[in-house]
Amino acid sequence: MSYQERRALVNVLSTVLITAGYTAYMMQRYPQTDPYSIEVFRFWGGYFLILIPVTIIARIIITIIFSILNTIATREGEPEITDERDRLIELKSLRASLYVVSIGLVAAIGSLAFDAPPAVMFALLVAAGIAGDIVSEVLQFFFYRRGF
Amino acid sequence: MPKIIIRNNLRRLRFDRGEMTQQQLADQAGVTRQTIVAIEKGNYSPSLELAFRIALVFEVSLQDVFYIELAD
Repeated sequence: MSYQERRALVNVLSTVLITAGYTAYMMQRYPQTDPYSIEVFRFWGGYFLILIPVTIIARIIITIIFSILNTIATREGEPEITDERDRLIELKSLRASLYVVSIGLVAAIGSLAFDAPPAVMFALLVAAGIAGDIVSEVLQFFFYRRGF
Repeated sequence: MPKIIIRNNLRRLRFDRGEMTQQQLADQAGVTRQTIVAIEKGNYSPSLELAFRIALVFEVSLQDVFYIELAD
């Protein structure tokens, strides 16, 4: 298994763990009020605002730990260059990821049209973001493994 | 229209150059070793530019490195 394949798998795992852990932590603070109250909107606003730096910091830490462990285990460092194949794989997986996020965005907005509470819309937005990220990394893994 | 399958002689050319390693070829062509592995296995068709760069490394023509097979 190449460095890029291992990195994609680690990214999938970290996405799931970070989001699940953060969501579990934040849901303890979910306001127990009217589902249409301003408190609910404030909660979700804070959820997204804090999620971004939490994800960035956690990803940096996980990447550093992965690089160290990978170097120790395989004695092969991170590739020093990003070539045309890397860029093509990144573009292909990003495109698929954007499709997934777009569908999630439409579903989230559509939920409001069907009288779903705002929490459903926000939950769908989070799910779309996670699904897009996972699709991107899984596709990268398969493109690196099987070619395209 | 028949499907075009791009094949290559990378393994033989590396052998002819005194068992040049995939890493050495990658360094000279300016790509990662994984990309050379993928090309050699037929899992990736390189851009025209990279194909020429690989041919330049071996100092042969493009057709000596890459060739096509037609499939129905």
